[in-house]
Amino acid sequence: MTTPARLLRGVAGTSRDRLAGIVLVLVATIMASEAVRTLPIGSMASPGPGYLPLATAAALGGLGLLIAMRGGGPTLAALAWTEARHALLLLGGCAFAAAALNTLGYRLTMFLLVGFFLGIVERKHPLAALAWALGLSLGSFYLFSDLLLVALPRDAWVF
Amino acid sequence: MTETLQNLYLGFSVALSPEVLVFAIIGCVVGTLVGMLPGVGPLAGISLLLPATFGLQPTTAIVLLAGIYYGAMYGGSTTSILMRIPGKAASVMTSIDGYAMTLKGRAGPALTIAAVGSFIAGTLSVAFLMLLAPLLASFALRFGPPEYFALLTLGLLVLAFLTGGSMPKTLSMAAFGLFLGTIGIDLMSGFFRYHYGIVELSDGIGIVPVAVGLFGVSEILLTAGQDKAPAVQKPKLKDLPPSRQEWRDSTWPIGRGTVLGFLIGIIPGSAHIISSFVSYALERRISRNPDKFGKGAIEGVAGPESANNSAACGAFVPMLALGVPSGPITAVMMAALMVHGIAPGPLLMEQQPQLFWGFIASMYVGNLVLLILNLPLVGLFVNMLRIPYAYLYPSILMFCVLGVYAVNESLIDVWVMTAMGALGYVLRKFEFEVAPIVLGLVLSPMLENALRQSLSMSSGSYAIFVNRPIAVTMLAIAAFLLLLSFLPLLRRGVASSRAQLGLES
Repeated sequence: MTTPARLLRGVAGTSRDRLAGIVLVLVATIMASEAVRTLPIGSMASPGPGYLPLATAAALGGLGLLIAMRGGGPTLAALAWTEARHALLLLGGCAFAAAALNTLGYRLTMFLLVGFFLGIVERKHPLAALAWALGLSLGSFYLFSDLLLVALPRDAWVF
Repeated sequence: MTETLQNLYLGFSVALSPEVLVFAIIGCVVGTLVGMLPGVGPLAGISLLLPATFGLQPTTAIVLLAGIYYGAMYGGSTTSILMRIPGKAASVMTSIDGYAMTLKGRAGPALTIAAVGSFIAGTLSVAFLMLLAPLLASFALRFGPPEYFALLTLGLLVLAFLTGGSMPKTLSMAAFGLFLGTIGIDLMSGFFRYHYGIVELSDGIGIVPVAVGLFGVSEILLTAGQDKAPAVQKPKLKDLPPSRQEWRDSTWPIGRGTVLGFLIGIIPGSAHIISSFVSYALERRISRNPDKFGKGAIEGVAGPESANNSAACGAFVPMLALGVPSGPITAVMMAALMVHGIAPGPLLMEQQPQLFWGFIASMYVGNLVLLILNLPLVGLFVNMLRIPYAYLYPSILMFCVLGVYAVNESLIDVWVMTAMGALGYVLRKFEFEVAPIVLGLVLSPMLENALRQSLSMSSGSYAIFVNRPIAVTMLAIAAFLLLLSFLPLLRRGVASSRAQLGLES
């Protein structure tokens, strides 16, 4: 068995709390090393801008270690991940919105976003998806931008 | 007392002005809808509508947001009772006996008791708020940086202690939130921390994208994939009145829930959630017939519903009097006030009496609006729950993106929301509480400033925290709570200490 495959198997077989604890320790280590590397820490008597980040990293690391040492629970593989595919697609949709909002404008981005969720992810009837997406994108733009005067990016087209 | 009544008169003259009244009603209706929607909840709802308040007068804005808050508190009970789907965590306890009553054909009385209990608790707790906030504000004028540091430390520890889950997990999330709060320009030294070349991070990570991501988006990620609209009972108007016995059984639980909820609400943390749990446990413990709980006990609806509404009002006490948010929701509301250049705190009452007392009076009005509107319209509201989730969640996600973007017109915020949604999803799969992250994020700059100012005042001596009576008392309570929570570590036996630390075996 290759090393990455063995590592993946090991992760999947680790208990939930233990894995969470290990990840917290890793995050804390990165936070602390960044604080030390980039910020003046100061002293106990005169804390610098790196003091609180370092202190919180130390607290996070300590608590992560405690969770990793004492924690149990089901393994990662035993957890139900039935909604994971859906979740990934939804996150992808949000990322698309973040990337496209300023370029495509609010109405077109939201039309595509809602249309993608309904038409592709949920496989709804194309006409229903189209109508829902169009109604929501145009309706919300009218409500928030025209009536409530919230500044939303406008597209270059008349649409 | 005369002065309070005069102030209240001023408040009602503001709250009953047509513009404020209309927005109070809109807030209550929108809040009810938000509370009913699974995955949205009061925090995400308030965050989403925050940008829409920027063009309003400060008083109107805060009245609208407060209406959404307690409207959502009420709305959550409807789905809990009729469908056993708590729209928000605070309604979990209501769903146990409320849904059992629905199965017995007593949905109407359960809804009425929830509404009346919420109204009584809301109204009485506003009276407590009105009396207590000015006293606390004048007391808070004695607070300096060491007292604020001690208060914020105590708040974080109380939150972890009262959440009831795993103390190490909750504290680790609070520490992570504190860390997130350090991102951006350090006001005391001008250092730009953890920016990685992204200029938009100079103001730090916003509360709204983090809150919407952790609460709203992650909930949708967890529940996505459901398609069918759930079956909903639609009670008729004639089925709503409870029997005389049900009124009698509910009276004391409503009273106890009101007092308990308000007291818990003042303490920083997810007060409305904790208060409903504590109220349910109390009612069950003191009941002559505890076996009926879980099988349709009206006390199991009256107590928790009153407690969570009362806690919602209690949470405004530290926000208005001290300028310290007692939880993520009040933090977002504070942000809304700050956008208008108003800083909540001990001087708010003197500097903005119209806003303060208008807000208080609008809460009385809002409670009345909720009672009058919601019971007769319950049939109309539940129709929304018949929309298939496959159509509902894209709409909610779209509003999440819209709300987050509109706060600062920043795409970085949308990216932060997406990242926090993913993080919240994973954390909730691993049974971590996400609320401490938001509270840590909010409290971090205040905590850091208070610590550094205290040390500047004392020329670097930590004795300043011991020499001041208020600070040392609060820190002693915080240390006691910490000790109490980690005491199991000193005991032998990994299995027993695991259980007591809230970790799984």
